[in-house]
Amino acid sequence: MAVVFEKPKALTDAVLHYCPGCTHGIIHRLVAEVIDELGIQGKTVGIASVGCSVMSYDYFDVDMVQAAHGRAPAVGTGVKRANPDNIVFTYQGDGDLAAIGTAETVHSAARGENITVIFVNNAIYGMTGGQMAPTTLPGQVTQTSPYGRDTNTVGFPLKVCELLSNVDGATYLERVAVNNVKNVKAAKKAIKKAFTYQTEGKGFSLVEVVSTCPTNWGMTPQNALKWLEENMIPYYPLGVYKDKYAQEG
Amino acid sequence: MTKNMLIAGFGGQGILFSGKFLAYEGLLEDKSVSWLPSYGPEMRGGTANCSVIISDAPVGSPIVSNPDILIAMNMPSLDKYEDATVKGGQIFIDSALIDRKVEREDVEAYYIPATKLASDEGLSGLANMIMLGYVIKKTNIIPFENIDRALQKVVPASKQHLLDSNKKALELGYNFAE
Amino acid sequence: MSEKVLMKGNEALAEAAIMAGCRHYLGYPITPQTEIAAYMAKRMPKVGGTFLQAESEIAAINMVIGVSAAGKRAMTSSSSPGISLKGEGLSYLAGCDLPAFVVNVQRGGPGLGGIQPSQSDYFQATKGTSHGDYHMLVLAPDSVQEMVSMTFKGFDMADKYRMTVMLLADGTMGQMMEPVSLDMGEVAEYDKSWAVTGTGCARKHNVVNSLFLKPEELEKKNFERFEKYRYIEENEVMYEEYMMDDADICIVAFGIAARVSKNAIDMARAKGIKVGMLRPITLWPFPKKELREIADKVKCFVSVEMSMGQMIEDVRLATECTKPVLLCNRVGGMIMTPEEVLAKIEEADKTGGNN
Repeated sequence: MAVVFEKPKALTDAVLHYCPGCTHGIIHRLVAEVIDELGIQGKTVGIASVGCSVMSYDYFDVDMVQAAHGRAPAVGTGVKRANPDNIVFTYQGDGDLAAIGTAETVHSAARGENITVIFVNNAIYGMTGGQMAPTTLPGQVTQTSPYGRDTNTVGFPLKVCELLSNVDGATYLERVAVNNVKNVKAAKKAIKKAFTYQTEGKGFSLVEVVSTCPTNWGMTPQNALKWLEENMIPYYPLGVYKDKYAQEG
Repeated sequence: MTKNMLIAGFGGQGILFSGKFLAYEGLLEDKSVSWLPSYGPEMRGGTANCSVIISDAPVGSPIVSNPDILIAMNMPSLDKYEDATVKGGQIFIDSALIDRKVEREDVEAYYIPATKLASDEGLSGLANMIMLGYVIKKTNIIPFENIDRALQKVVPASKQHLLDSNKKALELGYNFAE
Repeated sequence: MSEKVLMKGNEALAEAAIMAGCRHYLGYPITPQTEIAAYMAKRMPKVGGTFLQAESEIAAINMVIGVSAAGKRAMTSSSSPGISLKGEGLSYLAGCDLPAFVVNVQRGGPGLGGIQPSQSDYFQATKGTSHGDYHMLVLAPDSVQEMVSMTFKGFDMADKYRMTVMLLADGTMGQMMEPVSLDMGEVAEYDKSWAVTGTGCARKHNVVNSLFLKPEELEKKNFERFEKYRYIEENEVMYEEYMMDDADICIVAFGIAARVSKNAIDMARAKGIKVGMLRPITLWPFPKKELREIADKVKCFVSVEMSMGQMIEDVRLATECTKPVLLCNRVGGMIMTPEEVLAKIEEADKTGGNN
């Protein structure tokens, strides 16, 4: 019988623990498909971070390191510097990458570290039960912004792609989403470009995936997608924020 | 025999370098040696000093707080360490920069206008080595005939042109007659 | 035998690390250990290695984690406040069973403290730099030669036991120059099939991880790790005895305090006082058994340390409080003089340690 659909080789058989409607599953699959397509499974090392995706070390069938909260780019730097022939990616959420790990993020980009960062932005701390994130939208209600994010007291969300676009060392920055088929395809293309750039030694790349968290947003998966389209994407516009090698592409 | 030395002066006078030269010469004589600088903000513009110990036995503490030999290259150093020098110790003074005499009578004091000699002889910046030449003569702490090999060790490869002037300064001090 | 050269402790240590096969130094500037970074910045490119100045102490220790996870020898160095920041990474290194070599050239504290030598990170190094149940092997050299030999040995033990070895020095050890031989012998190789180097699609994926959500598993991991620690306590204790044969007073001191104490012991011996010293070279594992045996022979102990009295607690524990333990200390960057130690020895001699 002809195989029409199968799991990417770069994913293990472990059952994902993510909530219904969570987009981590799609993003994991896209990363794994890209690893398969580029034929780099055997030399890829992933860095899992702290947050909902902490156990991605069980899901990606490549060598994995689990890093402390926010430190994945530093750990990734170490792995890459030790064995430059390895393909190194980090998989981080918004609290990890844009709050506690801001310094590691900015400076690995500034160094032009030849690694790929997959940044999942769902505007909330999922693992700890729905607290305000550095990317939580103004007015958005979370466990620690119960009256809505008040920009007068806690300031504004960080726009990571825009921020890093001013960093000379960064090579490729793109913001994507996985809320519909068209965007999923665009997201995969971006992830593939990021990994491809690394295989070509082109330096630091980051793909920000604007995502949902139905559980902590308190919505059905469908409503979460709708909320993402109406609130997240207008605040975090999709697109390429930097591509040093755009002409060649 | 153990000789505890303290070399003290301003930053920039080559205090640490001259200490290193002595320690290296001691090492080449198969002695136990140690060299310990003052470090930190003190180093920057203020006073600089270093402890040098040359001994026949293993060196215990590398810190010299009561020197047998004190080389004072400025007034604050003499003020600070004159009383700390051991009874019967030797104090060497750059008299071009220190215009007072040693007050204690239970130490031997030597005066040499090293900074003036240095500028007179076109050896500016080498008052430290002039002092040292004289110290070597008066203390026999290391054999003067072996200064070349220690200089080779402490003058960096990139500055070999300074070998001659350092040697000249040492000789000038060694041959200085009161 | 190679010719002896005169080297600063910090630089000799750095060269020894290179000789031990370390090709990755990740650090952040802080006084008084910056010579290590400066030396590595010059030397690493010449031996095909990596010197990387990280954006923070935290990043530096996490880069060490990355290099170590990838199966290569890695080191970082810092001074007291910087080590506090590295604490997080040190716990992860332990939790992941990764080798690492970490240098603390201690300075006075707490807080920003000062920049002069201190030994007040004894607790931090031996008891708890960070969260969780774990130990680091802690080495305390007292000469430039030992800075070299302990660095070389430290890298070996780190690989052998898959754990962090911390070299605990102080500003004096780092800044002083002494003759040193760099003749260290062969570097031993250890199996690192656990490292993340890529599966090559030929084996199950390796995961370097400290997360165990099932308490049964985490407990088992901890028990296993402490089995290893127990073995180390049995087999890796290092110490030096000085004039202990007939001593009835025993000084316990490490690092620069031990050097000062040697002078004081010589002075006391000249006065006919029978005093000796046990100098722990490993602070963890601590020479407990040896001190317990000494306790049966001497009338009292004197702990000489540049802290408000940290190691003294281990001396009391090791000797089961069978004999009095006096404290002779200076802090804040001050170093005790041989005369001060001598005065304490004389007090101990007179009172037997009983006030």
